Amino acid sequence: MEDISLVTVVLMLPLVGFFPLVFVRSLTDQTIRWLTLTVSIITFGASLLLLRNFDSNQAGLQMVTDWEWISAGSFTIRYFVGVDGISIWLVLLSTFIMPLAILFSFTSIKERPRLYYALLLLMEWAMIGVFIAQDLFLFYVFWEVTLVPMYFLIGIWGSEDRIYAAIKFFLYTMAGSLLMLVAILWLGNEAGTFAVPDIIAQIQSGELSFDVSTERLLFLGFAIAFAIKVPMWPLHSWLPDAHVQAPTAGSVILAGVLLKMGTYGFVRFNLPMFPEASRDFAPYIAVLAVIGIIYGAWVSYGQKDVKKLVAYSSISHLGFVMLGIFALNSAGIQGGILQMVNHGISTGGLFLLVGMLYERRHTKLMSAFGGIWAAMPLFSGISLVIVLSSMGLPGLNGFVGEFTILVGSAGSDVLSIWFTVFASLGIILAAVYMLYMFNTVYMGALDKEENRRLPDLHWQELWALIPILIMVFAIGLQAGYFFDFMDNSVSQLVEQVSGSVVATAGR
Amino acid sequence: MNINWFDADYLPWLIMLFPLLSFVIIVLFTARSRIVSQFVALAGIGIAWVLSMVEFVKVVWASDAELGHEVFGSSIDWMTLGTRTFEMGVLVDPLTAYMLLMVPLACLLIFAYSVGYMRSDPHYSRFFAYISLFAGAMLTLVLADNLLLLFVGWEVMGLCSYLLIGFWFHKKSAYQAGVKAFMTTRVGDMLMMVGIGYLFIVARTLDFREILYNEEMLAHLASTPAVIFGGSAAALIGVLLVAGTIGKSSQFPLHVWLPDAMEGPTPVSAMIHAATMVSAGVYMVVRMFPLLSAGADFHAGDFSAPMIVMGVIGSITALGAAILAVGQNDIKRILAYSTISQLGYMVAALGIGAWVAAAFHLVNHAFFKALLFMASGVVIHAMEHGQHEAAEHGDEHLHHEPEQPDGLVMDYVPPANDIRRMGGLLDRIPVTAITMAIGGLSLAGFPLITAGFWSKDEIIADAWHGAGEGYLLALLVVLCLLAAAVLTAFYTARMWFMTFWGAPRTPAAQHAGIGSFRNAWVRSRWARARRLEGVAVSHQDRSSALWMEVPLIVLAFLAIFAGFIGVHTDFPLLGALDNPLHEFLGGTLLEHPTAVDFNWLPVLASSLLALAGLGVGYWLYGLRPLGAEDADPAEQALGAGIWRVLENRFYIDILYRRYLVRPAEWFAVNIVIQAIDKETIDGVLETIGEAFVWLGEFFKRFNTIVIDGVGDGIPGAIGSFAGWFRQVQTGRIQQYLLYVTLALLALGALMFIQIR
Repeated sequence: MEDISLVTVVLMLPLVGFFPLVFVRSLTDQTIRWLTLTVSIITFGASLLLLRNFDSNQAGLQMVTDWEWISAGSFTIRYFVGVDGISIWLVLLSTFIMPLAILFSFTSIKERPRLYYALLLLMEWAMIGVFIAQDLFLFYVFWEVTLVPMYFLIGIWGSEDRIYAAIKFFLYTMAGSLLMLVAILWLGNEAGTFAVPDIIAQIQSGELSFDVSTERLLFLGFAIAFAIKVPMWPLHSWLPDAHVQAPTAGSVILAGVLLKMGTYGFVRFNLPMFPEASRDFAPYIAVLAVIGIIYGAWVSYGQKDVKKLVAYSSISHLGFVMLGIFALNSAGIQGGILQMVNHGISTGGLFLLVGMLYERRHTKLMSAFGGIWAAMPLFSGISLVIVLSSMGLPGLNGFVGEFTILVGSAGSDVLSIWFTVFASLGIILAAVYMLYMFNTVYMGALDKEENRRLPDLHWQELWALIPILIMVFAIGLQAGYFFDFMDNSVSQLVEQVSGSVVATAGR
Repeated sequence: MNINWFDADYLPWLIMLFPLLSFVIIVLFTARSRIVSQFVALAGIGIAWVLSMVEFVKVVWASDAELGHEVFGSSIDWMTLGTRTFEMGVLVDPLTAYMLLMVPLACLLIFAYSVGYMRSDPHYSRFFAYISLFAGAMLTLVLADNLLLLFVGWEVMGLCSYLLIGFWFHKKSAYQAGVKAFMTTRVGDMLMMVGIGYLFIVARTLDFREILYNEEMLAHLASTPAVIFGGSAAALIGVLLVAGTIGKSSQFPLHVWLPDAMEGPTPVSAMIHAATMVSAGVYMVVRMFPLLSAGADFHAGDFSAPMIVMGVIGSITALGAAILAVGQNDIKRILAYSTISQLGYMVAALGIGAWVAAAFHLVNHAFFKALLFMASGVVIHAMEHGQHEAAEHGDEHLHHEPEQPDGLVMDYVPPANDIRRMGGLLDRIPVTAITMAIGGLSLAGFPLITAGFWSKDEIIADAWHGAGEGYLLALLVVLCLLAAAVLTAFYTARMWFMTFWGAPRTPAAQHAGIGSFRNAWVRSRWARARRLEGVAVSHQDRSSALWMEVPLIVLAFLAIFAGFIGVHTDFPLLGALDNPLHEFLGGTLLEHPTAVDFNWLPVLASSLLALAGLGVGYWLYGLRPLGAEDADPAEQALGAGIWRVLENRFYIDILYRRYLVRPAEWFAVNIVIQAIDKETIDGVLETIGEAFVWLGEFFKRFNTIVIDGVGDGIPGAIGSFAGWFRQVQTGRIQQYLLYVTLALLALGALMFIQIR
């Protein structure tokens, strides 16, 4: 136990709050809320230390903890965690989103707060775990653990159709995960280890090699699990249901972090472990990504329910992320990773906004609103910024990601320029549905009696939104800072994927 | 690091900083106070203007030896991707310097005007925040040293146009127009963004210095084959960039948003039509011209693909919009179409390589169009006031007001904007009438004394020259532009005479006024001679009118004198000014452009056509002013059928609505959501789910019959086996020994077999 790294500390901090919540029965509701918030803020603070200690000149893992966990003759399963340029921003995204979700829940969650906040902390623990685990088996454990709190969050605190949504969410993701489990076991058995860096090293050195069809099968085993999580078209149908039924905090976490586990999985596992297959499958995945971009946008446009609109817009945005990743070059992957963070911030913010509207009017139908700007000017002003960030207005965060992804996909060796052209159609459509929503909800005459006296933001809501605004501008204006952390890790990844066949680094 | 911010290299940062700073200050701190917000906004743009002038002087002064060949600027690394770095920086070359003469000044005047115009608006502070951002974005765009920063300014302006056109957001037509503007321009923007991305991939940089000021790079771009469509990379990028301009500068077929953009407050229209937005589109192609023309020797009639696109689109737009402007009765809509038409002039000019002329017209147009719009704003204010007064006097029941429609309607004209309801405003708002006349003459290209004449003439002269050489594109341009010139002069005259001339046609026009000079005017002897004493002098805020009229006077001055800097050197008398503009701007291009030889024919042609148009206008609307019950002579001459087509804007908007927007909506709801998402994708899932339920049911049956059968069977079997086995254990030793012997024999036999 002599080398507990900072990463492990960050991982374990949520549990520090989790256990008292579970075992101490005498806590009052107010104590529970503040305890959870404090723990999540401390976790965020600790994760900021990660940034400070991170050496962006280094490509490999940093702040590693590597202990033996289960040892059984031919193989060992290790507690092996660490961060590199690919995962660090996602860890920060998780710890950043969590306090906001908790803060928003202060007023909106009245029933069974002890269980609720305990589940949120468990959720945070598992999410951080997913992003730092470097052992396939450990990763799988965290991956599955995230399902459980989310299942209960939707199932207990959701709206009318919550049971259906919760079960659909659970089964759908679970089905994909099982294929991944098979692939993990197979791979671990072949390689003699579950440690990802070791497996990658073996593959790169040619020590471990598969024939084409095996590699493809393994690729698909992982890819399907991740694609369901992303979700990629046409495996997306659990998402709108889950989002619409989930409580606001659940939606925020789901959109903000859980979906990124899928895209992250592609970057972390599929690309470096199966470079050949990644190149072969890239055009097909890119086709699905572009379909997702346009499809998600189009479906959003036809929605009557604000929350559904936002939910479908996620499909469109994550299509961009996938397109960037499978451009298989530096710009694309870095853009993809940044866009994961951007989407977490913007869409997380959008779900908070929808939640605030719902708190006030107990409906999510767009037609119930109109002219909100006159009643709630502060709320509307903030909404506008977040809507614009989601649309990719230059100067705000979304643009940097989208632009980088388009540069990546246009310069890709594996994708034709048509992908870029069609993807940019998605940006136009993003403006269509977002402004359509903004117009119906915020603009127009304030002609509904119920909307006239809507109170503007109170302090918890305001403080849940301010960090989002700060990040929207910070990433939009100083994207270079964020890319600097990824640069070396992604370059190394690009080398691994391109192998010796085509050197595309820097393209 | 010790930076002298007042150095010409760094000063541009400050120029764009101040308006943006005003925006931030108003939004975060001063939004509650109208006066402070107004002051902050004016201070921001005012400082920007002063600094721009300083910068301009510095640039001109520094480049005395070789005018313009020095480029000022500085940049910082913004972000690194792999091995490539994006830089953000500013650049001031002669073109930028020329724009700096116009943009901050026009913005400042518009801001000042807004103080008067928006005085009674409840969202006064918000308005100033938005226009500060608008001005800041435009300055960013003008000063940017790379396409990415330019694009940032470009898109932020798109946002501002959305917010400002929809500023009166409680009006459905306003926010619909806002969305229409944003969406239509965004179509062009995205093509442009693809172009920028592709440029970055081919050139590995977006910096103007390394692309536009670099012959090798231009040659490289012109010789690299494009990934799609054939042709060179430069051509593909160029066409994509031009698509951006088509959207932003409201060219056919993306021109539909601009006529509706007047749903916003009038100062906004002035911003959009003059100082910012649409000028930005043309500025971008002017800026990128070396790239657009790369690899094409246009002096010899070899036009590159982007140039052909610009030439054709510009010509069509210039003529088409001029035709439409004739058929409008809304004073702002007439001006909107005239803007589209004039922008067509500039785009067409670039198409035939008349680079200096395009930039020249861009700035002149900005001055006189800002003037015209702001004057029209005063007219509308005066009319609104008149309606109010008339209603108090109880006259209004005589004139039925059209019902205000819900949402954007093509042929609805708000009563205060309707020139048919005006007439006789000359006596009521004389300053506006005179300044608007000056602006109108400049727009019409009144020979020799107006700025509009010189720049328009230069475009036509260049096209004439090209047509003389036998270039088809130039011929198309010159024909369309000359035809448009007549129409321009005509509709300008129609607008002015119908608004200001003759006697008031409605009680609203009778009572129209904005206070101020009018009061003195009405009491003057001249007015008394015209029997105006009977009209009540309205008591209005005099300072409000001053804020509006002073900018008009300044702009009227510019609408005349801004043109003399660009007179051809061979022109008699005025040529003695030595055409400083051409020399100065020319330094921006690698190859100093040569002015075409002076030719009297195009000068005469454009002068005569302008005079002819104005003359016809005077003949129809000036000689015998329209009475209250008279029909519009233009409408009569064209016939109801054609008039209807013009009123409906050639049905292009309707076409888009019916064949693009509606089907897309229908497709979204019925096909994508219902058929694909709900029925197919979820349907497949449901089927799988049902299959599993069925399987579960099957297993349940299987369980009860087979497994439970087996399960119940096995214990039974074991029981009966045990019963049978019990009989083996008899308790007799001999029997046991026998078993042991048998077992040993069996084992022995087994071992024996194995050993063998």
